[in-house]
Amino acid sequence: MTQFPIDKIRNDFPILNEKIRNKPLVYLDNAASSQKPNVVIDCISHVYRHDYANVHRGVHTLSVRSTDKFEGAREKIKDFINAESGKEIIFTKGTTESINLVAQSYGKANIKAGDEILISAMEHHSNIVPWQMLSEQTGAILKVAPINLRGELILDEFIKLIGDKTRLISIAHMSNALGTINPVKQIIAAAHHKNIPVLLDGAQAIPHMPVDVLNLDCDFYAFSGHKLYGPSGIGVLYGKQALLESMPPYQGGGDMIRKVTFEETEYNTLPYKFEAGTPSIADAIALGAAIDYLNEIGMGAVAVYEAELLDYATEQAKKIKGLRIIGEAAEKGAILSFVLDKIHPHDIGTMLDSLGIAVRAGHHCAMPVMDFFEVPATARASFAIYNTKQEIDILMNGIESLIEVFG
Amino acid sequence: MFDDLRDLYQEVIFDHNRNPRNFRIIENADRKVDGFNPLCGDRLTLYLKMNGDVIEDASFQGSGCAISTASVSLMTEIVKGKTEAEAEALFKTFHEMTTGKDEQINLEAVGKLAVLAGVREYPARVKCATLAWHTLDAALKNEKQAVSTE
Ligand SMILES: Cc1ncc(COP(=O)(O)O)c(C=O)c1O
Repeated sequence: MTQFPIDKIRNDFPILNEKIRNKPLVYLDNAASSQKPNVVIDCISHVYRHDYANVHRGVHTLSVRSTDKFEGAREKIKDFINAESGKEIIFTKGTTESINLVAQSYGKANIKAGDEILISAMEHHSNIVPWQMLSEQTGAILKVAPINLRGELILDEFIKLIGDKTRLISIAHMSNALGTINPVKQIIAAAHHKNIPVLLDGAQAIPHMPVDVLNLDCDFYAFSGHKLYGPSGIGVLYGKQALLESMPPYQGGGDMIRKVTFEETEYNTLPYKFEAGTPSIADAIALGAAIDYLNEIGMGAVAVYEAELLDYATEQAKKIKGLRIIGEAAEKGAILSFVLDKIHPHDIGTMLDSLGIAVRAGHHCAMPVMDFFEVPATARASFAIYNTKQEIDILMNGIESLIEVFG
Repeated sequence: MFDDLRDLYQEVIFDHNRNPRNFRIIENADRKVDGFNPLCGDRLTLYLKMNGDVIEDASFQGSGCAISTASVSLMTEIVKGKTEAEAEALFKTFHEMTTGKDEQINLEAVGKLAVLAGVREYPARVKCATLAWHTLDAALKNEKQAVSTE
Protein backbone atom coordinates (compact mmCIF):
# COMPACT_ATOMS: atom_id res chain seq x y z
CA MET A 1 0.00 0.00 0.00
CA THR A 2 1.21 3.49 -0.78
CA GLN A 3 1.67 5.93 2.03
CA PHE A 4 -1.16 8.30 2.83
CA PRO A 5 -0.19 11.62 1.21
CA ILE A 6 -0.66 13.70 4.34
CA ASP A 7 1.83 16.46 3.44
CA LYS A 8 0.22 17.02 0.08
CA ILE A 9 -3.25 17.00 1.63
CA ARG A 10 -2.29 19.57 4.25
CA ASN A 11 -0.97 21.80 1.49
CA ASP A 12 -4.32 21.54 -0.26
CA PHE A 13 -6.19 23.20 2.60
CA PRO A 14 -5.17 26.86 2.81
CA ILE A 15 -6.95 27.53 6.09
CA LEU A 16 -4.54 25.22 7.88
CA ASN A 17 -2.00 28.05 7.61
CA GLU A 18 -4.11 30.31 9.79
CA LYS A 19 -2.76 31.35 13.15
CA ILE A 20 -5.33 31.25 15.93
CA ARG A 21 -4.43 33.34 18.95
CA ASN A 22 -0.87 33.34 17.57
CA LYS A 23 -0.67 29.57 17.43
CA PRO A 24 -0.90 27.28 14.43
CA LEU A 25 -4.49 26.15 13.96
CA VAL A 26 -5.26 22.61 15.10
CA TYR A 27 -8.69 22.07 13.63
CA LEU A 28 -10.52 19.23 15.35
CA ASP A 29 -14.12 20.27 14.84
CA ASN A 30 -14.60 18.38 11.61
CA ALA A 31 -17.81 16.66 12.67
CA ALA A 32 -19.43 20.09 12.81
CA SER A 33 -18.02 21.10 9.45
CA SER A 34 -14.82 20.33 7.60
CA GLN A 35 -12.45 22.73 5.88
CA LYS A 36 -12.25 23.13 2.11
CA PRO A 37 -9.40 22.21 -0.24
CA ASN A 38 -8.18 24.64 -2.92
CA VAL A 39 -9.95 22.67 -5.64
CA VAL A 40 -13.31 23.39 -4.01
CA ILE A 41 -12.58 27.04 -3.29
CA ASP A 42 -11.25 27.55 -6.82
CA CYS A 43 -14.17 25.69 -8.34
CA ILE A 44 -16.69 28.09 -6.81
CA SER A 45 -14.75 31.06 -8.06
CA HIS A 46 -14.35 29.48 -11.51
CA VAL A 47 -18.07 28.83 -11.83
CA TYR A 48 -18.93 32.43 -11.03
CA ARG A 49 -16.20 33.76 -13.29
CA HIS A 50 -16.77 31.55 -16.30
CA ASP A 51 -19.72 29.18 -16.16
CA TYR A 52 -22.53 30.79 -14.26
CA ALA A 53 -26.16 31.12 -15.33
CA ASN A 54 -29.37 29.60 -14.09
CA VAL A 55 -29.83 25.92 -14.82
CA HIS A 56 -32.46 24.13 -16.89
CA ARG A 57 -33.88 27.42 -18.09
CA GLY A 58 -32.19 28.84 -21.09
CA VAL A 59 -31.11 28.02 -24.59
CA HIS A 60 -28.17 30.36 -24.31
CA THR A 61 -24.68 28.96 -24.09
CA LEU A 62 -23.94 29.85 -20.49
CA SER A 63 -27.12 28.29 -19.22
CA VAL A 64 -26.29 25.12 -21.09
CA ARG A 65 -22.75 25.14 -19.70
CA SER A 66 -24.00 25.73 -16.18
CA THR A 67 -26.59 22.98 -16.52
CA ASP A 68 -23.99 20.54 -17.83
CA LYS A 69 -21.72 21.20 -14.87
CA PHE A 70 -24.58 20.99 -12.41
CA GLU A 71 -25.81 17.71 -13.83
CA GLY A 72 -22.22 16.52 -14.02
CA ALA A 73 -21.97 16.99 -10.28
CA ARG A 74 -25.10 14.91 -9.82
CA GLU A 75 -23.47 12.09 -11.80
CA LYS A 76 -20.32 12.30 -9.67
CA ILE A 77 -22.42 11.99 -6.53
CA LYS A 78 -24.32 9.09 -8.05
CA ASP A 79 -21.05 7.25 -8.71
CA PHE A 80 -19.58 8.23 -5.32
CA ILE A 81 -22.36 6.48 -3.41
CA ASN A 82 -22.95 3.85 -6.12
CA ALA A 83 -26.55 4.77 -6.86
CA GLU A 84 -28.14 3.31 -9.96
CA SER A 85 -29.25 6.52 -11.59
CA GLY A 86 -28.85 10.28 -11.37
CA LYS A 87 -32.61 10.41 -10.94
CA GLU A 88 -32.06 9.08 -7.45
CA ILE A 89 -29.86 12.01 -6.44
CA ILE A 90 -31.83 14.99 -5.19
CA PHE A 91 -30.03 18.19 -4.32
CA THR A 92 -31.11 19.73 -1.02
CA LYS A 93 -29.65 22.29 1.38
CA GLY A 94 -28.23 19.49 3.50
CA THR A 95 -29.00 16.51 5.69
CA THR A 96 -31.63 18.40 7.63
CA GLU A 97 -33.62 19.29 4.56
CA SER A 98 -33.19 15.80 3.14
CA ILE A 99 -34.72 14.24 6.24
CA ASN A 100 -37.52 16.80 6.35
CA LEU A 101 -38.24 16.06 2.69
CA VAL A 102 -38.75 12.37 3.43
CA ALA A 103 -40.82 13.13 6.53
CA GLN A 104 -43.12 15.57 4.78
CA SER A 105 -43.38 13.80 1.43
CA TYR A 106 -43.08 10.08 2.04
CA GLY A 107 -44.21 10.38 5.66
CA LYS A 108 -47.36 12.37 5.12
CA ALA A 109 -48.43 10.17 2.21
CA ASN A 110 -47.80 6.86 3.94
CA ILE A 111 -47.97 7.30 7.70
CA LYS A 112 -51.19 7.69 9.64
CA ALA A 113 -52.46 7.77 13.21
CA GLY A 114 -51.21 4.85 15.28
CA ASP A 115 -48.38 3.99 12.88
CA GLU A 116 -44.86 3.90 14.25
CA ILE A 117 -41.64 5.54 13.19
CA LEU A 118 -38.50 4.00 14.66
CA ILE A 119 -35.30 5.92 15.42
CA SER A 120 -32.48 5.38 17.93
CA ALA A 121 -31.42 7.08 21.15
CA MET A 122 -28.26 8.47 19.54
CA GLU A 123 -29.84 10.59 16.83
CA HIS A 124 -28.95 14.18 15.97
CA HIS A 125 -31.85 16.58 16.59
CA SER A 126 -32.35 16.75 12.84
CA ASN A 127 -33.24 13.06 12.83
CA ILE A 128 -35.62 13.50 15.79
CA VAL A 129 -37.54 16.70 15.31
CA PRO A 130 -38.83 16.11 11.73
CA TRP A 131 -40.36 12.85 12.99
CA GLN A 132 -41.85 14.53 16.03
CA MET A 133 -43.40 17.08 13.71
CA LEU A 134 -44.76 14.36 11.44
CA SER A 135 -46.13 12.51 14.48
CA GLU A 136 -47.87 15.63 15.61
CA GLN A 137 -49.37 16.14 12.16
CA THR A 138 -50.49 12.55 11.66
CA GLY A 139 -50.94 11.02 15.12
CA ALA A 140 -48.11 8.55 14.47
CA ILE A 141 -45.93 7.36 17.33
CA LEU A 142 -42.18 7.89 17.54
CA LYS A 143 -40.33 4.88 18.97
CA VAL A 144 -36.77 5.20 20.22
CA ALA A 145 -34.44 2.19 20.35
CA PRO A 146 -32.02 2.18 23.31
CA ILE A 147 -28.23 2.30 23.41
CA ASN A 148 -25.80 0.79 25.92
CA LEU A 149 -23.12 2.45 28.04
CA ARG A 150 -20.51 2.03 25.35
CA GLY A 151 -22.75 4.09 23.13
CA GLU A 152 -23.75 1.18 20.89
CA LEU A 153 -27.17 0.47 19.60
CA ILE A 154 -28.66 -2.58 21.36
CA LEU A 155 -29.40 -4.47 18.16
CA ASP A 156 -31.72 -7.08 19.74
CA GLU A 157 -33.86 -4.35 21.22
CA PHE A 158 -33.89 -2.48 17.95
CA ILE A 159 -35.05 -5.54 16.02
CA LYS A 160 -37.73 -6.20 18.65
CA LEU A 161 -39.08 -2.70 18.13
CA ILE A 162 -39.63 -3.35 14.43
CA GLY A 163 -43.27 -4.32 14.60
CA ASP A 164 -46.42 -4.60 12.55
CA LYS A 165 -47.09 -0.90 12.96
CA THR A 166 -43.61 0.27 11.99
CA ARG A 167 -43.83 2.25 8.77
CA LEU A 168 -40.39 3.83 8.59
CA ILE A 169 -36.99 3.49 10.22
CA SER A 170 -34.59 6.42 10.30
CA ILE A 171 -31.19 6.01 11.88
CA ALA A 172 -27.72 7.51 11.88
CA HIS A 173 -25.16 5.60 9.86
CA MET A 174 -22.62 7.12 12.24
CA SER A 175 -23.32 9.13 15.40
CA ASN A 176 -21.99 12.67 15.62
CA ALA A 177 -21.91 12.75 19.42
CA LEU A 178 -20.38 9.31 20.02
CA GLY A 179 -18.71 8.25 16.81
CA THR A 180 -20.61 4.94 16.84
CA ILE A 181 -21.05 3.27 13.45
CA ASN A 182 -24.35 1.43 13.49
CA PRO A 183 -24.97 -2.08 12.13
CA VAL A 184 -27.13 -0.62 9.40
CA LYS A 185 -26.95 -3.61 7.04
CA GLN A 186 -28.51 -5.88 9.65
CA ILE A 187 -31.15 -3.30 10.46
CA ILE A 188 -32.01 -2.82 6.80
CA ALA A 189 -32.25 -6.57 6.23
CA ALA A 190 -34.58 -6.95 9.24
CA ALA A 191 -36.68 -3.97 8.13
CA HIS A 192 -37.00 -5.16 4.55
CA HIS A 193 -38.12 -8.52 5.82
CA LYS A 194 -41.23 -6.62 6.89
CA ASN A 195 -41.27 -4.29 3.90
CA ILE A 196 -40.31 -1.26 5.94
CA PRO A 197 -38.16 1.40 4.26
CA VAL A 198 -35.02 2.67 5.99
CA LEU A 199 -33.52 6.15 5.85
CA LEU A 200 -29.87 6.46 6.81
CA ASP A 201 -28.64 9.78 8.18
CA GLY A 202 -25.24 9.73 6.57
CA ALA A 203 -24.09 13.21 7.61
CA GLN A 204 -21.21 11.79 9.65
CA ALA A 205 -20.50 8.55 7.84
CA ILE A 206 -20.01 9.95 4.35
CA PRO A 207 -16.70 11.81 4.98
CA HIS A 208 -15.13 8.86 6.77
CA MET A 209 -15.79 5.68 4.79
CA PRO A 210 -16.80 4.31 1.41
CA VAL A 211 -20.59 4.40 1.14
CA ASP A 212 -22.37 2.10 -1.28
CA VAL A 213 -26.13 2.57 -1.21
CA LEU A 214 -26.75 -0.41 -3.48
CA ASN A 215 -24.82 -2.71 -1.23
CA LEU A 216 -26.39 -1.25 1.92
CA ASP A 217 -29.78 -1.53 0.20
CA CYS A 218 -31.00 1.52 2.14
CA ASP A 219 -34.10 3.23 0.77
CA PHE A 220 -32.95 6.76 1.53
CA TYR A 221 -29.54 8.20 2.32
CA ALA A 222 -29.12 11.81 3.50
CA PHE A 223 -25.91 13.82 3.72
CA SER A 224 -24.46 17.34 3.68
CA GLY A 225 -21.80 18.76 1.40
CA HIS A 226 -20.14 20.84 4.09
CA LYS A 227 -18.94 17.87 6.14
CA LEU A 228 -17.53 16.29 2.99
CA TYR A 229 -15.01 19.08 2.27
CA GLY A 230 -17.60 20.75 0.05
CA PRO A 231 -19.58 23.96 0.46
CA SER A 232 -22.34 24.55 2.97
CA GLY A 233 -25.83 25.11 1.61
CA ILE A 234 -25.78 21.99 -0.53
CA GLY A 235 -26.63 18.42 0.37
CA VAL A 236 -28.13 15.28 -1.03
CA LEU A 237 -31.04 12.98 -0.59
CA TYR A 238 -30.58 9.65 -2.27
CA GLY A 239 -33.76 7.64 -2.67
CA LYS A 240 -34.58 4.48 -4.57
CA GLN A 241 -36.19 5.51 -7.82
CA ALA A 242 -39.43 3.59 -7.36
CA LEU A 243 -39.95 5.10 -3.93
CA LEU A 244 -39.19 8.63 -5.09
CA GLU A 245 -41.54 8.21 -8.01
CA SER A 246 -44.36 7.18 -5.71
CA MET A 247 -43.87 10.22 -3.47
CA PRO A 248 -45.66 13.55 -3.76
CA PRO A 249 -43.53 16.71 -4.23
CA TYR A 250 -42.14 18.39 -1.15
CA GLN A 251 -42.23 22.03 -2.20
CA GLY A 252 -43.92 23.73 -5.10
CA GLY A 253 -42.31 26.18 -7.49
CA GLY A 254 -40.23 26.48 -10.60
CA ASP A 255 -38.22 23.56 -11.98
CA MET A 256 -40.36 20.96 -10.26
CA ILE A 257 -43.20 21.23 -12.77
CA ARG A 258 -43.71 20.19 -16.35
CA LYS A 259 -46.84 22.18 -17.07
CA VAL A 260 -48.81 24.65 -15.06
CA THR A 261 -52.26 26.05 -15.65
CA PHE A 262 -54.37 27.60 -12.95
CA GLU A 263 -56.47 24.45 -12.91
CA GLU A 264 -53.75 21.88 -12.52
CA THR A 265 -50.05 21.25 -12.54
CA GLU A 266 -48.18 18.37 -14.01
CA TYR A 267 -45.10 17.56 -11.98
CA ASN A 268 -41.71 17.16 -13.50
CA THR A 269 -39.85 13.86 -13.57
CA LEU A 270 -37.19 12.79 -11.13
CA PRO A 271 -35.10 14.29 -9.68
CA TYR A 272 -36.54 17.71 -10.57
CA LYS A 273 -39.88 16.94 -8.96
CA PHE A 274 -38.13 17.47 -5.63
CA GLU A 275 -35.98 20.43 -6.64
CA ALA A 276 -38.31 23.40 -6.59
CA GLY A 277 -36.69 26.75 -7.22
CA THR A 278 -33.19 27.74 -8.28
CA PRO A 279 -30.73 25.43 -6.57
CA SER A 280 -27.37 26.30 -5.06
CA ILE A 281 -25.70 25.91 -8.43
CA ALA A 282 -22.07 26.74 -7.78
CA ASP A 283 -22.14 24.86 -4.49
CA ALA A 284 -23.47 21.72 -6.15
CA ILE A 285 -20.72 21.90 -8.76
CA ALA A 286 -18.12 22.45 -6.05
CA LEU A 287 -19.43 19.44 -4.15
CA GLY A 288 -18.62 17.52 -7.30
CA ALA A 289 -15.09 18.93 -7.10
CA ALA A 290 -14.81 17.79 -3.46
CA ILE A 291 -15.83 14.31 -4.55
CA ASP A 292 -13.23 14.29 -7.34
CA TYR A 293 -10.67 15.26 -4.73
CA LEU A 294 -11.69 12.47 -2.38
CA ASN A 295 -11.77 9.91 -5.17
CA GLU A 296 -8.18 10.75 -5.92
CA ILE A 297 -7.21 9.92 -2.35
CA GLY A 298 -9.65 7.02 -2.15
CA MET A 299 -12.26 6.64 0.58
CA GLY A 300 -10.78 3.31 1.56
CA ALA A 301 -7.45 4.99 2.26
CA VAL A 302 -9.27 7.75 4.15
CA ALA A 303 -10.94 5.18 6.40
CA VAL A 304 -7.66 3.43 7.13
CA TYR A 305 -5.79 6.66 7.87
CA GLU A 306 -8.50 8.03 10.14
CA ALA A 307 -8.82 4.73 12.02
CA GLU A 308 -5.13 5.06 12.81
CA LEU A 309 -5.67 8.62 14.07
CA LEU A 310 -8.61 7.57 16.23
CA ASP A 311 -6.74 4.61 17.71
CA TYR A 312 -3.83 6.85 18.57
CA ALA A 313 -6.04 9.54 20.07
CA THR A 314 -7.98 7.00 22.11
CA GLU A 315 -4.80 5.41 23.40
CA GLN A 316 -3.35 8.79 24.41
CA ALA A 317 -6.63 9.98 25.96
CA LYS A 318 -6.84 6.90 28.14
CA LYS A 319 -3.51 7.84 29.72
CA ILE A 320 -4.96 11.06 31.08
CA LYS A 321 -6.24 10.77 34.63
CA GLY A 322 -9.72 12.12 35.11
CA LEU A 323 -10.61 11.87 31.41
CA ARG A 324 -13.64 9.80 30.52
CA ILE A 325 -14.35 8.92 26.89
CA ILE A 326 -18.04 9.15 26.00
CA GLY A 327 -18.73 6.62 23.28
CA GLU A 328 -16.57 3.49 23.17
CA ALA A 329 -18.34 1.48 20.55
CA ALA A 330 -16.47 -1.40 18.95
CA GLU A 331 -17.30 0.08 15.53
CA LYS A 332 -16.37 3.74 15.61
CA GLY A 333 -15.51 6.60 13.29
CA ALA A 334 -12.98 9.35 13.89
CA ILE A 335 -14.71 11.11 16.79
CA LEU A 336 -13.44 11.39 20.35
CA SER A 337 -16.02 12.76 22.76
CA PHE A 338 -14.85 13.16 26.33
CA VAL A 339 -15.42 14.80 29.68
CA LEU A 340 -12.93 15.75 32.38
CA ASP A 341 -13.43 15.36 36.09
CA LYS A 342 -14.72 18.63 37.58
CA ILE A 343 -13.94 20.68 34.46
CA HIS A 344 -16.86 21.77 32.34
CA PRO A 345 -16.57 21.17 28.58
CA HIS A 346 -17.03 24.89 27.91
CA ASP A 347 -13.96 25.67 29.97
CA ILE A 348 -12.11 22.95 28.07
CA GLY A 349 -13.22 24.53 24.78
CA THR A 350 -12.11 28.04 25.72
CA MET A 351 -8.78 26.87 27.14
CA LEU A 352 -7.93 24.72 24.13
CA ASP A 353 -8.91 27.58 21.84
CA SER A 354 -6.30 29.75 23.48
CA LEU A 355 -3.78 27.14 22.30
CA GLY A 356 -5.09 27.29 18.73
CA ILE A 357 -7.03 24.03 19.09
CA ALA A 358 -10.62 24.02 17.82
CA VAL A 359 -12.82 21.43 19.48
CA ARG A 360 -16.54 21.45 19.99
CA ALA A 361 -17.94 21.81 23.49
CA GLY A 362 -21.63 21.33 23.98
CA HIS A 363 -24.45 18.88 23.46
CA HIS A 364 -23.72 18.38 19.73
CA CYS A 365 -27.41 18.65 18.89
CA ALA A 366 -27.93 15.36 20.66
CA MET A 367 -29.36 16.36 24.04
CA PRO A 368 -30.92 12.92 24.64
CA VAL A 369 -27.44 11.39 24.35
CA MET A 370 -26.12 13.81 26.98
CA ASP A 371 -29.00 12.88 29.30
CA PHE A 372 -28.28 9.19 28.80
CA PHE A 373 -24.67 9.61 29.86
CA GLU A 374 -25.68 12.05 32.60
CA VAL A 375 -23.34 14.77 31.40
CA PRO A 376 -24.43 18.34 30.61
CA ALA A 377 -22.19 18.41 27.58
CA THR A 378 -19.00 16.88 26.24
CA ALA A 379 -15.87 18.13 24.55
CA ARG A 380 -15.43 16.57 21.15
CA ALA A 381 -12.38 16.22 18.97
CA SER A 382 -13.29 14.98 15.50
CA PHE A 383 -10.70 14.14 12.91
CA ALA A 384 -10.38 14.59 9.18
CA ILE A 385 -8.01 13.63 6.38
CA TYR A 386 -5.67 16.55 7.12
CA ASN A 387 -5.17 15.86 10.84
CA THR A 388 -1.99 14.30 12.18
CA LYS A 389 -0.69 12.46 15.22
CA GLN A 390 1.37 15.55 16.06
CA GLU A 391 -1.87 17.49 16.32
CA ILE A 392 -3.27 14.83 18.62
CA ASP A 393 -0.17 15.25 20.78
CA ILE A 394 -0.81 19.01 20.92
CA LEU A 395 -4.40 18.30 21.97
CA MET A 396 -3.38 15.87 24.70
CA ASN A 397 -0.70 18.25 26.01
CA GLY A 398 -3.30 20.97 26.10
CA ILE A 399 -5.71 18.80 28.05
CA GLU A 400 -3.03 17.86 30.56
CA SER A 401 -2.04 21.48 31.06
CA LEU A 402 -5.57 22.68 31.58
CA ILE A 403 -6.18 19.95 34.15
CA GLU A 404 -3.13 21.29 35.96
CA VAL A 405 -4.38 24.87 35.84
CA PHE A 406 -7.77 23.90 37.20
CA GLY A 407 -6.01 21.89 39.90
CA MET B 1 0.75 28.14 28.83
CA PHE B 2 -2.62 29.86 29.15
CA ASP B 3 -1.25 33.41 29.43
CA ASP B 4 -3.82 34.78 27.01
CA LEU B 5 -6.60 33.65 29.29
CA ARG B 6 -5.47 35.44 32.46
CA ASP B 7 -8.12 38.11 32.06
CA LEU B 8 -10.85 35.53 31.70
CA TYR B 9 -9.80 32.93 34.23
CA GLN B 10 -8.60 34.95 37.17
CA GLU B 11 -7.53 33.20 40.34
CA VAL B 12 -10.73 34.34 42.07
CA ILE B 13 -12.75 32.46 39.48
CA PHE B 14 -10.82 29.25 40.01
CA ASP B 15 -11.27 29.73 43.74
CA HIS B 16 -15.05 30.13 43.53
CA ASN B 17 -15.25 27.24 41.07
CA ARG B 18 -13.39 24.96 43.44
CA ASN B 19 -15.21 26.20 46.53
CA PRO B 20 -18.49 27.77 45.57
CA ARG B 21 -19.95 29.99 48.30
CA ASN B 22 -23.55 29.58 49.45
CA PHE B 23 -23.78 26.25 47.68
CA ARG B 24 -26.75 24.93 49.63
CA ILE B 25 -30.53 24.83 49.76
CA ILE B 26 -32.47 27.39 51.79
CA GLU B 27 -35.26 25.25 53.21
CA ASN B 28 -37.73 28.07 53.84
CA ALA B 29 -36.79 30.14 50.80
CA ASP B 30 -39.27 32.78 49.66
CA ARG B 31 -38.11 32.58 46.07
CA LYS B 32 -36.78 29.59 44.15
CA VAL B 33 -36.07 29.87 40.44
CA ASP B 34 -34.29 27.58 37.98
CA GLY B 35 -31.90 28.96 35.40
CA PHE B 36 -30.80 27.00 32.35
CA ASN B 37 -28.41 27.66 29.51
CA PRO B 38 -29.39 25.13 26.84
CA LEU B 39 -26.34 25.92 24.79
CA CYS B 40 -23.89 24.50 27.30
CA GLY B 41 -26.15 22.69 29.72
CA ASP B 42 -25.48 24.95 32.70
CA ARG B 43 -28.24 24.50 35.23
CA LEU B 44 -28.76 26.25 38.51
CA THR B 45 -31.43 26.74 41.13
CA LEU B 46 -31.36 30.02 42.99
CA TYR B 47 -32.87 30.39 46.47
CA LEU B 48 -33.69 33.72 48.11
CA LYS B 49 -34.82 34.46 51.64
CA MET B 50 -36.43 37.90 51.75
CA ASN B 51 -37.02 40.27 54.61
CA GLY B 52 -39.37 42.87 53.25
CA ASP B 53 -37.60 44.04 50.15
CA VAL B 54 -34.18 43.12 51.48
CA ILE B 55 -32.42 39.95 50.32
CA GLU B 56 -31.60 38.34 53.64
CA ASP B 57 -30.03 35.18 52.27
CA ALA B 58 -29.15 33.80 48.85
CA SER B 59 -27.91 30.37 47.85
CA PHE B 60 -27.74 28.06 44.86
CA GLN B 61 -27.46 24.50 43.66
CA GLY B 62 -26.58 23.17 40.25
CA SER B 63 -23.66 22.66 37.92
CA GLY B 64 -21.98 24.63 35.22
CA CYS B 65 -18.69 25.82 33.85
CA ALA B 66 -16.15 27.70 35.95
CA ILE B 67 -17.38 31.08 34.73
CA SER B 68 -21.01 30.40 35.52
CA THR B 69 -20.26 28.76 38.86
CA ALA B 70 -17.99 31.61 39.94
CA SER B 71 -20.54 34.15 38.75
CA VAL B 72 -23.42 32.71 40.75
CA SER B 73 -21.20 32.12 43.77
CA LEU B 74 -19.99 35.73 43.75
CA MET B 75 -23.50 36.97 43.15
CA THR B 76 -24.99 35.20 46.16
CA GLU B 77 -22.29 36.79 48.29
CA ILE B 78 -22.73 40.29 47.00
CA VAL B 79 -26.52 40.57 46.97
CA LYS B 80 -26.96 39.53 50.56
CA GLY B 81 -28.27 42.51 52.54
CA LYS B 82 -29.13 44.45 49.40
CA THR B 83 -32.62 45.71 48.61
CA GLU B 84 -34.35 44.51 45.49
CA ALA B 85 -33.74 47.87 43.83
CA GLU B 86 -30.04 47.77 44.69
CA ALA B 87 -29.74 44.23 43.35
CA GLU B 88 -31.51 45.18 40.12
CA ALA B 89 -29.20 48.18 39.70
CA LEU B 90 -26.22 45.88 40.20
CA PHE B 91 -27.61 43.50 37.56
CA LYS B 92 -27.78 46.38 35.13
CA THR B 93 -24.21 47.45 35.82
CA PHE B 94 -23.00 43.87 35.62
CA HIS B 95 -24.77 43.39 32.33
CA GLU B 96 -23.16 46.48 30.90
CA MET B 97 -19.78 45.36 32.15
CA THR B 98 -20.00 41.90 30.59
CA THR B 99 -21.53 42.86 27.30
CA GLY B 100 -19.12 45.74 26.86
CA LYS B 101 -21.65 48.35 25.86
CA ASP B 102 -20.30 50.80 28.34
CA GLU B 103 -16.58 51.11 27.78
CA GLN B 104 -16.07 52.77 31.14
CA ILE B 105 -16.69 50.13 33.75
CA ASN B 106 -17.47 51.56 37.15
CA LEU B 107 -15.23 49.18 39.05
CA GLU B 108 -16.34 50.54 42.37
CA ALA B 109 -19.97 49.85 41.61
CA VAL B 110 -19.34 46.20 40.77
CA GLY B 111 -16.74 45.50 43.46
CA LYS B 112 -15.55 41.90 43.41
CA LEU B 113 -17.62 41.19 40.33
CA ALA B 114 -14.99 43.00 38.28
CA VAL B 115 -13.12 39.70 37.96
CA LEU B 116 -15.78 38.69 35.45
CA ALA B 117 -15.23 41.68 33.18
CA GLY B 118 -12.91 39.52 31.03
CA VAL B 119 -15.85 37.69 29.44
CA ARG B 120 -16.61 40.69 27.26
CA GLU B 121 -13.72 39.59 25.06
CA TYR B 122 -15.28 36.13 24.73
CA PRO B 123 -18.75 36.52 23.23
CA ALA B 124 -19.32 32.77 23.42
CA ARG B 125 -18.94 32.92 27.19
CA VAL B 126 -20.96 35.99 28.14
CA LYS B 127 -24.07 33.95 28.81
CA CYS B 128 -22.13 31.80 31.26
CA ALA B 129 -21.53 34.89 33.37
CA THR B 130 -24.98 36.39 33.05
CA LEU B 131 -27.10 33.27 33.68
CA ALA B 132 -26.96 33.79 37.44
CA TRP B 133 -28.10 37.37 37.12
CA HIS B 134 -30.95 36.61 34.74
CA THR B 135 -32.11 34.02 37.23
CA LEU B 136 -31.90 36.54 40.07
CA ASP B 137 -33.81 39.04 38.01
CA ALA B 138 -36.57 36.47 37.47
CA ALA B 139 -36.58 35.60 41.17
CA LEU B 140 -36.93 39.24 42.14
CA LYS B 141 -39.75 39.66 39.68
CA ASN B 142 -41.12 36.54 41.31
CA GLU B 143 -41.42 34.65 38.08
CA LYS B 144 -42.04 31.06 38.97
CA GLN B 145 -41.07 29.47 35.67
CA ALA B 146 -37.53 28.56 34.80
CA VAL B 147 -35.46 31.12 32.96
CA SER B 148 -33.37 30.25 29.99
CA THR B 149 -30.60 32.28 28.39
CA GLU B 150 -31.98 31.45 24.98
C1 LIG C 1 -25.59 12.87 12.45
C2 LIG C 1 -26.01 14.19 11.89
N1 LIG C 1 -27.21 14.32 11.32
C3 LIG C 1 -27.63 15.47 10.80
C4 LIG C 1 -26.86 16.61 10.85
C5 LIG C 1 -27.39 17.89 10.27
O1 LIG C 1 -26.66 18.28 9.18
P1 LIG C 1 -26.90 19.71 8.50
O2 LIG C 1 -26.86 20.70 9.62
O3 LIG C 1 -25.78 19.86 7.55
O4 LIG C 1 -28.23 19.67 7.84
C6 LIG C 1 -25.60 16.53 11.43
C7 LIG C 1 -24.76 17.75 11.51
O5 LIG C 1 -24.33 18.18 12.53
C8 LIG C 1 -25.17 15.31 11.97
O6 LIG C 1 -23.98 15.20 12.56
